[in-house]
Amino acid sequence: MSEYNKHTDDLKAIRKMMEDSSRFLSLSGLSGVFTGIFAIIGASIAWFLILDKAEPGVFDLIPDYADPGTKYLLLLDGIIVLIAAVGTAYFLALRKSRKKEQQFWSPATRRLIIHMVIPLVAGGVFILIFILNNTLIYIIPAMLIFYGLALLNAGKFTFGEVQYLGVLEIITGFFAGLFLGNGLIFWIIGFGFLHIMYGIILHRKYN
Amino acid sequence: MRNILKKLDKLLENRIRLGIMSALMVNTSLDYNTLKDLLDVTDGNLASHLKSLEKNDFLQVHKQFIGRKPNTTYSVSRNGRKVFNQHLQALEQLIKNK
Repeated sequence: MSEYNKHTDDLKAIRKMMEDSSRFLSLSGLSGVFTGIFAIIGASIAWFLILDKAEPGVFDLIPDYADPGTKYLLLLDGIIVLIAAVGTAYFLALRKSRKKEQQFWSPATRRLIIHMVIPLVAGGVFILIFILNNTLIYIIPAMLIFYGLALLNAGKFTFGEVQYLGVLEIITGFFAGLFLGNGLIFWIIGFGFLHIMYGIILHRKYN
Repeated sequence: MRNILKKLDKLLENRIRLGIMSALMVNTSLDYNTLKDLLDVTDGNLASHLKSLEKNDFLQVHKQFIGRKPNTTYSVSRNGRKVFNQHLQALEQLIKNK
């Protein structure tokens, strides 16, 4: 091997090690699929049980005559979906890291979580303001956009595909804002189908 | 050209030691098991490379216990950071000059 080749290979090795050591690689593609399924189940519960098939346009158009508790039931529905999705992702990642004998809690894991949580908390507070103001129509667009920003931000510390998913979520959020009143449909696209699609891609590529 | 070559560090010509230093440059500290995962080397091999880096003042070693298990973490020393950056610059210059 010539000196020149050794130098370029060394540089490549340095770059690869710097990237690998700052990424969380235990993320399971299957957790994307489960998250998508939970999101669709949650949306169905909202539509068929809580809103009782109110009007097309759903979440954002809780009819005036509806029970004042309706929005809290929807909130509870959303929170249960969130807990189920995060719990499953955590369990599957832990299992994957054991199987591959990788460390679960590494500096990369911490960085991933911090970069994910900051935009999510900002979005959560923003959405709380919508709830207080009773402008529920903006909730789903805001959820999709802030979630997309969180993925875009945190994607640097795991598989690069996560960043693309983030961009798609943001775009879905814009469309949800353009077609206000169809929140639940965009929720199903953004949190349901996009997650399932991305989960399958990740699973096939890395498992 | 000769000046550039002088900046290359002998210790960092080894791929494993270079890997250890690269990982530690972008992480405040890493423990032994994380390094082992990243580099995919045997215990004996990793330990001897860590020892030589430590001896030459490239690394700072922190030994502690988590419960009953010993846990050793490593971080780059000031000297290690300086030498690594020089080495990296020299590699880049050598490629550019070609």
